[in-house]
Amino acid sequence: MRISIYRYDPDRDAKPYMKDYEVPVEPADRMLLDLLVKVKAMDDGFAFRRSCREGVCGSDAMNINGKNGLACITRIADLKEPVVLRPLPGLPVIRDLIVDMTQFFKQYHSVRPYLVNDEPAPERERLQSPEERAELDGLYECILCACCSTACPSFWWNPDKFVGPAGLLNAYRFLADSRDRATNERLDNLEDPYRLFRCHTIMNCVDVCPKNLNPTRAIGKIKEMMVKRTV
Amino acid sequence: MVKRIVVGAHYGFRDWLAQRVTAGVMAVYSVVFVIAYAAAGPADHAAWRAFFSQGWLRLATLLFFASLCYHAWIGMRDILMDYIKPVWLRLLLQVLVILTLAGYAGWAVQILWRG
Repeated sequence: MRISIYRYDPDRDAKPYMKDYEVPVEPADRMLLDLLVKVKAMDDGFAFRRSCREGVCGSDAMNINGKNGLACITRIADLKEPVVLRPLPGLPVIRDLIVDMTQFFKQYHSVRPYLVNDEPAPERERLQSPEERAELDGLYECILCACCSTACPSFWWNPDKFVGPAGLLNAYRFLADSRDRATNERLDNLEDPYRLFRCHTIMNCVDVCPKNLNPTRAIGKIKEMMVKRTV
Repeated sequence: MVKRIVVGAHYGFRDWLAQRVTAGVMAVYSVVFVIAYAAAGPADHAAWRAFFSQGWLRLATLLFFASLCYHAWIGMRDILMDYIKPVWLRLLLQVLVILTLAGYAGWAVQILWRG
């Protein structure tokens, strides 16, 4: 299988270039990641991230034939040749397919992605009803692979100001949590023409999410909460 | 100048909601206008003037233009926020957009209540 990979080593290369590889596909090879491991064996200067190899850690997010996704859960059989692999768009490239995710995580941390509850803790745990727990479905599954945020034009233009789909999905994950007590502060923190309202429902995030989550819906829910508290 | 990370400007919600409401006003007006036009069918200039001399249509059209201007202001502001990075230039362009839209609104009033 022909694979064309974005290569860039800032210490050695004046500018990025695409390098082609011919990788033999064997019956045991199922996912794109299997082939990337082979490329690494052929050319050990090639750098990419990967860890769990089953779509849970979010390390091997990359731009595959123009669409962000995880190499480990992208089936070889579904790929059109030549497979063009580029780093996630919009983030600074450290080397080859490895990008600097600092900005992405800064936005994630800015929404306080943890429970805030100053009430005295009960003896055992803070209980939820099954209905309250169900509110978190479709939110807690986010693996922070950054496929969505780096597919979002609003995040490309304002990565320092717009929280981005991943950050906003996680913001709503805690707004929707019955055990959280910081709803007002969270909404105040998001009420900003950039942080929340740069989302123009382009929905690239929904299109690319490898976990089939819907950040646009979560963002809509945040706006709905703002309507309810204001109107 | 010291560069600090500042979050939560505490505005934006009202504009977002207003953009939706004004869009609704414009959509309703468009439908009502087409129906009123089809019913009256003004053929010449005199008929057009008679058509627009109806008080309710003047008022509805004024509301339409007010909505259009507010809607356009938020849209233009968002575009300028995305693409114009120097703050002085962005502010200048935003002021120009406001003045232009205010001018258009005044012009619309002038046309609607002329003679």
